[in-house]
Amino acid sequence: MKKKMIAVVTMLSLAAGLISGCGNQNNDKKITIVGSTALQPLVEKAADEFDSKHEGNITVQGGGSGTGLSQVQEGAVQIGDSDVFASQQSGIKANQLVDHKVAVAGIAPIVNQGVTVKNISMEQLRDIFTGKITNWKQLGGKNQPIVVINRSKGSGTRLTFENDVMKGAEPMSAQEQESNGTVQQIVSNTPGAISYISFSYLRSQGIKSLSIDGVKPTSENVETNKWKIWSYEHMYTKGKPTGETKKFLEFMLSDKVQNSLVKEMKYISIHDMQVEKTPEGQVISKK
Amino acid sequence: MDEIKNKLLSKSRQTAEDRRGKILCYACLSLIVVLIASILYFITSKGIATFTENHLSIAQFFTGTKWDPGHKLIGALPMITTSFLVTILAAVLATPFAIGVAIFMTEYAPKKGTKALRAVIELLVGIPSVVYGYIGLMVVVPLVRKLIGGTGFGILAGTLVLFVMILPTVISLTADSLKAIPVSYRQAALALGATKWQSIYKIVLRAAMPGILTAIIFGMTRAFGEALAVQMVIGNAVLMPEGLGTPTATLTSQLTSQMGNTVLGTVSNNALWSLALVLLIMSLAFNLLIRFITRKGAIKR
Repeated sequence: MKKKMIAVVTMLSLAAGLISGCGNQNNDKKITIVGSTALQPLVEKAADEFDSKHEGNITVQGGGSGTGLSQVQEGAVQIGDSDVFASQQSGIKANQLVDHKVAVAGIAPIVNQGVTVKNISMEQLRDIFTGKITNWKQLGGKNQPIVVINRSKGSGTRLTFENDVMKGAEPMSAQEQESNGTVQQIVSNTPGAISYISFSYLRSQGIKSLSIDGVKPTSENVETNKWKIWSYEHMYTKGKPTGETKKFLEFMLSDKVQNSLVKEMKYISIHDMQVEKTPEGQVISKK
Repeated sequence: MDEIKNKLLSKSRQTAEDRRGKILCYACLSLIVVLIASILYFITSKGIATFTENHLSIAQFFTGTKWDPGHKLIGALPMITTSFLVTILAAVLATPFAIGVAIFMTEYAPKKGTKALRAVIELLVGIPSVVYGYIGLMVVVPLVRKLIGGTGFGILAGTLVLFVMILPTVISLTADSLKAIPVSYRQAALALGATKWQSIYKIVLRAAMPGILTAIIFGMTRAFGEALAVQMVIGNAVLMPEGLGTPTATLTSQLTSQMGNTVLGTVSNNALWSLALVLLIMSLAFNLLIRFITRKGAIKR
């Protein structure tokens, strides 16, 4: 019996050692990037190109903006991707993190193909999402109830939409979907549905984008802030980046990535922006 | 003499092997025990942080209907209600079908038919839940929209998807328990002049009752814990369900859709861990229920 006990205890401690032993090995050549799924495809492609030229080793993972920010704050990863400013995310000490804005993503309201309305005002858009306007008839369309589809609370896209469109108005409780992909899918299938989506998903079938106050959702309009719903794609590091991490961030901002990959994937190059947005949502023109 | 004595007293190769085998088993066992204990500890400590660290009330958690952890509103009642509703409805819907198919498989079908049916049913288990969810989104939701109006997202769509998902589990477990009833029971019933249906209905089904109940509860456990497929068709609005066709959310769908957007240690994150804790407790409860039922059944037989 005693021997058994000893065996069990040794095994337990062995097992415990095994679990705790798998710590992070901080290797200067190895970069782990975690966070925003909106930015993930771009970073993955860029990492591929970067890897082929350097001896570095880059791992890119999704997980969401919140995960990205908290992981980089804890020092578990080298770079945390986020659609939102670190100061907008609760529980994050923004002053410890260094912001690298690598691209801009525009967001556009989309509706089901059967909806005849093409252009609405910012105020009408707000009224739809607060539940004041409930039928397309009120906007000059068909007599058809409006089905509002929101993004999940805390999603970067939703936060941007609420900052730029809702302006503090309380959104109604409505369906929530987790990703750009499902939103696009559901809007294309549900009569009378409205939601909002990243520019990169706009070309999909079955959906139409709405113009706001006569302005079309295009990259050029985002660059001048004529189209007002957009956000930065951030890559945060804890403290100033060093070594390979620094090189990779420089690569992300290089003309090569900005002019080809960023545009190919329907983001807007950070170099083309003629305005700047503060974390509080104020827009200043860049000189 | 000494040589023989030594040989007898020293350990043979087999003893050493025996010992190594034992150590290997204990090692695996203890690793699993450590794993389970740490999972339990981790989820529990995280799950109660909402109440111990953020000082939000437990009563509000179970009875409130407003869910907005960012603003300290943690009413989880809509999710708990919906989780239970879809689970129970799916089980209610699946049970008659499962029993019917299981009876056919064990009592009526020829051997080859049973084998083929089993293969098909096992295939159903292997389909990933995202596929079920996608079919739900493309086929079931529009169908529900046509049938009862609204957007189509909600409890009915969730129930229908779960019904198909738990069916194979319930069928194969029910068939197993029917098969386990000794042939002598059936023979005795037939000898007394009972028809085939009478012997099935009055003898076999009754005798297999604990097994069938276990099968149903296994199905319910699967339905309760299913996240992805339900998330795609339930609508994910944390609202009290007003009918079968209004968008609402389950515990699991809320967990999967929110986890990536919260920061470890904040109220929003802790509240999600509390939901996980509720799920964990529920699956423990389901397991205990199964143990209870099988034990009761064993005494009866």
